[in-house]
Amino acid sequence: MKHAIDIAAVVNAKESSAVAELATSMAAIAQKNEAIHAFLYVDTDGANAFAAAVDQRVAQGEKLPLAGVPVAIKDNLCQTGVPTTCSSKILADWRPPYTATVVERLIAAGAVPVGKTNLDEFAMGSSTETSAFGPTKNPLDLSRVPGGSSGGSAAAVAGDMTPISLGSDTGGSIRQPAALCGLVGIKPTYGLVSRYGLIAFASSLDQVGPFAKTVTDAALVLEVIAGHDPMDSTSLPEPAPSLVAHVNDGVAGKRIALVKELYEGADEEVVAAVKKAVAALESAGATIIELSIPELRLGLSAYYLIAPAEASSNLARYDGVRFGLREQGADVSEMYEATRTAGFGAEVKRRIMLGTYALSAGYFDAYYGQALKVRTQMIKAFAKAYEQADMLIGATTPTVAFEFGSKTSNPMAMYLSDVFTIPTNLAGDAAVSVPFGTGENNLPIGVQLLGPGRSEATLLAGARVLEIADGRP
Amino acid sequence: MTLPSGWEMVVGLEIHTELKTATKMFCGCANSFGSEPNTNICPVCLGLPGSLPVLNKMAVELAMAIGVALHCTIAPSTFHRKNYFYPDMPKDFQISQYDLPINSRGYLDLPDGSQISVERAHLEEDTGKSTHLGGSGRIHGADRSVVDYNRSGVPLVEIVSGPDIRSSTQARAYASEVRGILIATGASDGRMEEGSMRIDANVSVRKSGQPFGTRCEIKNLNSLRSLQRAIDYEALRQIDVLEDGGSIRQETRHWDENQGETSTMRTKEEAEDYRYFREPDLVELSPDQAWQDRVRAALPPMPAARRARLELLLGEPTEAQRDAVGTVVELELDQFVIAAAESNLDVSLAVARAANEIAAAINNVGRLSVESFVATVSMEQSGKLSATQAKKVLGELLENGGDPVAIAKSMGFEQMGAQALGELVAQCIAENPSEWQRYRDGDEKLSQFFIGLVMKLTKGQANGKAVIAELQQRK
Repeated sequence: MKHAIDIAAVVNAKESSAVAELATSMAAIAQKNEAIHAFLYVDTDGANAFAAAVDQRVAQGEKLPLAGVPVAIKDNLCQTGVPTTCSSKILADWRPPYTATVVERLIAAGAVPVGKTNLDEFAMGSSTETSAFGPTKNPLDLSRVPGGSSGGSAAAVAGDMTPISLGSDTGGSIRQPAALCGLVGIKPTYGLVSRYGLIAFASSLDQVGPFAKTVTDAALVLEVIAGHDPMDSTSLPEPAPSLVAHVNDGVAGKRIALVKELYEGADEEVVAAVKKAVAALESAGATIIELSIPELRLGLSAYYLIAPAEASSNLARYDGVRFGLREQGADVSEMYEATRTAGFGAEVKRRIMLGTYALSAGYFDAYYGQALKVRTQMIKAFAKAYEQADMLIGATTPTVAFEFGSKTSNPMAMYLSDVFTIPTNLAGDAAVSVPFGTGENNLPIGVQLLGPGRSEATLLAGARVLEIADGRP
Repeated sequence: MTLPSGWEMVVGLEIHTELKTATKMFCGCANSFGSEPNTNICPVCLGLPGSLPVLNKMAVELAMAIGVALHCTIAPSTFHRKNYFYPDMPKDFQISQYDLPINSRGYLDLPDGSQISVERAHLEEDTGKSTHLGGSGRIHGADRSVVDYNRSGVPLVEIVSGPDIRSSTQARAYASEVRGILIATGASDGRMEEGSMRIDANVSVRKSGQPFGTRCEIKNLNSLRSLQRAIDYEALRQIDVLEDGGSIRQETRHWDENQGETSTMRTKEEAEDYRYFREPDLVELSPDQAWQDRVRAALPPMPAARRARLELLLGEPTEAQRDAVGTVVELELDQFVIAAAESNLDVSLAVARAANEIAAAINNVGRLSVESFVATVSMEQSGKLSATQAKKVLGELLENGGDPVAIAKSMGFEQMGAQALGELVAQCIAENPSEWQRYRDGDEKLSQFFIGLVMKLTKGQANGKAVIAELQQRK
């Protein structure tokens, strides 16, 4: 499948059309989705209309940054009239009356949303195995998970069904599946991308970001979706940064820190890939230092209090009153209980209970309050590290893609697959996962570059250096 | 009402007021009362998945205006989520301010000279409105419930007083004064009957000099009369319990207006754990000094200042006149009195006519121009109209509007000329020489006798003061 930047070029030049590019994508979906199960819903009519509109705009002389580029949308992003389920039974039949800002921006830029992709229920998981509608398969090895929670969006791109897709990253939900599927994935700085229309899991951690096969494509998508949105109070005030223009800036003179806590405990082949990546960056002119940031070890614990606490409140609205599933009950309390019992899966219930407990009178200080203090410590620790380094490097995940069922019986083992990605969400900083080398069964390994808020251009330039060093010029 | 000897009530009020903004607190939907159900709604105020709140600047401005009027400190503040399930609350949490309210530590001076402290006046969003149909008519046991979300997300300010109130009359005066401030600041229309101002009362009792007793909170009092009755009922109930050797349970109580009683809604043990935490979808609210200054500068005079101004015009007002001034200010009739004073008319007469005649037809006040009022008071003061006639002219002006001189004429209040009156007075004197002599000798009471005679001859058209002036002249 062509890269997004190339599709946009040929469509803008009228050498191809959005309708033709869509047909290629739709043919691939028709051929592969049944086996991979990346898409929960393919919006054939909607996509045809969007593609026709793009061709009309191009015919009228418009130049669009994503002209005719098919894009897959994680099914926790709202799109008017299109089922938006969060892979939960509780929203199985819900069609939002409005469209998320990021999706609107993609459409305005000429992209063609083709459908909604599978995820762990309400983005709670690292494998898509908690989806109420069945898991997504890793296109590189159908016996393995694509990662999660944005596994469907990763598989859509890795399976060559769309060149780009949108995911959301609360604790690693873009970077981890990107690593497991051999893609570039970006967790943008908190506030860089609007959350309006992103169905909240943990509001203070959630960020929307892109998946792509190349650094340039990922940069292109982020440029389109980033920038201030008056509908999101936590949105940063400035317009989108210039990213594509800087992907080839290189890393000469940059200080890059290899952080012990960001690879320790990972499989040997993963550690080896990270060290090889460090060497590649050094030979591209970066200065390498080694750092230990012990606070990062507390990230997982703090995250599993803060994220469930916010989720317990964010998910209260699924009560059967106004939308979504409603199970009957003798009175309103029983209706709530029956609806939520039937509508939510086990992992979602586990986190709602955890979060409710962490916020309860008598426990707040010991759990949620303590987690907030840890978060503050983590922010300070990162800030201190960024006084010494322009970016940090580590692994994205401890292992390559794992097999279905290998972690479902042990939530802690599953939670640990996000141990390297979670700290960035707690700090509100930026990070990129880029494929670098392969491990067991020739499965891809992801290397993670982390930077302070608004460092996306620097990180993407670093990722581009690794992309070239890994043989993808 | 007086409590049994030795007992004292301790009351604090929480006054919730809807802010009169054009749009809701966190979205662009119209904030208007009385629309068709579920017409002023959008993804945000319906709490649809993925929607996010954006704070309305006007709500912040009105909240600050209230804070300034209540002498509060305005400080950087935050929003929290108050989590509980209820069908009329779309997100199943309410966005409210918790440990850091926008306004804190103020006070309010009441007309009787007492001062009530204000602990805080914070911003929060309103819920939708449930109607329970059939069955019990309450949420549990109704056949079915319907919800109107037009009110969902309407901005509210909750004003929390200190436990400084010691009688139901004082509670009423405080609530009334707060209402006056809300109207004066433009923050609210203060319409309790439409629910735009609702009061919760925290009531406890104690023997004088003892520490505070256990309090009960009476919810949702929606008129000043209910407030006063409910507090009195509750204080007496608590005293009865305590005098019978019982103890008060901390609880939330419901006021039944028809029965005139409070009853238990839920006890402290049944109270919800709201699991408050910082609302992650909103940022800190820190109005800068310039913004605060603009709000402060734009504030009109508050009721206390307006009362002081009118009282100053009166010189040394009697208690009755102070009450009348209170009415004038409460009904916003200041401009009538001030205009009369500026025309060098008798302020006490203007206050009386405003507090009685205009107040009696307050819904029609729009028909009465300040000029007509001043002209009528002027005619009365100069003797062209009797008091009775002036009241009738004002009544007509309030009923149908018009020109006071023309109305007086058409009502036959054509004031007899001084000459005609003089002739009548002379006639009465001539016919009653002995009474005249006694009057001349200093028996002032006899002026009433002559006024009566003149009134009889003129069928009540004469002006008493003018008659006295004629008598004096001839003395």
